[in-house]
Amino acid sequence: MKPIIQARALIKRYGTFVAVAGVDFEVAPGECFGLLGPNGAGKTTTVHMVSCVLPITDGDIQIAGLSARNEPRRIKAMMGVCPQESNLDTDFSVLHNLVAYARYFDIPTPEAKRRAEALVDRFRLRDKAAQCVDDLSGGLRKRLLVARAMVNNPAIIMLDEPTTGLDPQSKHQIWDEVRAMKQAGTTVILTTHYMEEASLLCDRLIIMDQGRIIESGTPRGLIEKHAAGEGTLEDVFLKLTGKELRE
Amino acid sequence: MTLLLNISYRAWHVWRRNLDVSRFSWKTTILPPLLEPMLYIVAFGLGVGAYVAQVGYRGRMTDYLTFLAPGMIALGVLSHAIFECMYGSFVRMRYQRTFDAMLCTPLLIEDILAGEILWGATKGLFAGMAVLSVISVWGLAVFPSSLLILPTAVISGLLFAAFGLLFASISPYIENLNLPTFFFINPMFFFSGTFFPIDDLPRWLKALAMLLPLTHTVDLMRAAAYGILEARLWVSVAYLAILTPIVCYAAIFLMKRRLIK
Repeated sequence: MKPIIQARALIKRYGTFVAVAGVDFEVAPGECFGLLGPNGAGKTTTVHMVSCVLPITDGDIQIAGLSARNEPRRIKAMMGVCPQESNLDTDFSVLHNLVAYARYFDIPTPEAKRRAEALVDRFRLRDKAAQCVDDLSGGLRKRLLVARAMVNNPAIIMLDEPTTGLDPQSKHQIWDEVRAMKQAGTTVILTTHYMEEASLLCDRLIIMDQGRIIESGTPRGLIEKHAAGEGTLEDVFLKLTGKELRE
Repeated sequence: MTLLLNISYRAWHVWRRNLDVSRFSWKTTILPPLLEPMLYIVAFGLGVGAYVAQVGYRGRMTDYLTFLAPGMIALGVLSHAIFECMYGSFVRMRYQRTFDAMLCTPLLIEDILAGEILWGATKGLFAGMAVLSVISVWGLAVFPSSLLILPTAVISGLLFAAFGLLFASISPYIENLNLPTFFFINPMFFFSGTFFPIDDLPRWLKALAMLLPLTHTVDLMRAAAYGILEARLWVSVAYLAILTPIVCYAAIFLMKRRLIK
């Protein structure tokens, strides 16, 4: 199948600092694709370039046949992004966060309201719909961020550490949502520090370190290759990236 | 130039977002602009006005309140447009991360910044119209020439909103915004012919005053309110019409450079 995302020799430099140092990968439609790596590995930078919020220094990304360099609007229109840290609109209620966000996608207000109501139910935020987002717990905020990323019915959804800092209940709920997205045929890009999460959700993954891809494959395949079929993805990760602290 | 070509109708989505915030908090966003000029008119017009018999403007003597009123429209436009895009935009950019969220939608940074300027200008226009209504009821503005105050408020609103965004774009921290307030806004507040005519100022001070954009806004508004439209006013029109696109461009350019690395 033709890949929906194709990154070729992707480079991101800030002055002399190289955040992403030549990365190649492909994602098939409907796949859940994981980006793993220690802090500072270049995962989020890569995700930001794919979602067209960060200019590419060198190389290119093709998304559904469109170049991220030339067609950022059309690419962003088919993408949903759940950021690592909340950027929910603190001036608005839970419901209006969804309505206002939908309008940025040119969705007319009545349709935006219909979608917001549906997402509030789906993500079990009904009780909180009228509340200001400042009053939400971390778990609820993450749920709302994931819901917001779906408001434009995206073909690709980017989840940047969607379960960091969540209690087990919230974490499982987000996992269920990711499975539902995959079921619906949505392509999912997931960055995470949790190897269990990557093992459970990702069809394929890459492990990045210092701006490069150091390994790629299926979770099972990587365990076979690097941990002789025993142990966990975490053993593989530590074997490949070492145990010293990064930051 | 691509900077300007990247601005699309989507800027109105940003404008609409800010309008929603105002609608949800109208008691704090709509009442003060209506009440603030009343405060000035009462304090200066009636208070100071009691000690000032007549004020001259373009050879015409009027009472102090009549002189003051158009200046208060200009101040309303200035303060609401510029503070919205200095502090409001800074908070949305830095603390609320509103721009970050918008960037993950089909909006480009140019749409977002153009939307911010349009919104600042809208607030300025609204404040100006609020003062104009009050002073019209008071009988301090001549019609229909006073209707020319509205286009003046629109272009001045765009200009001051763009100045606000420009200052926000070059301020590392929100505290730094005190500097343009002190060195740019406060001098305009006093020396733009708002509270007293600049004609009688020492020549060097008058020359400086003529450089301040608000001087031209005030002059146009006062001429419209008095109903004495003269050819010399085209200089002020040209000044605002040339400066506004330059400052808009500079603000969007610098803010983009700050945000998109």
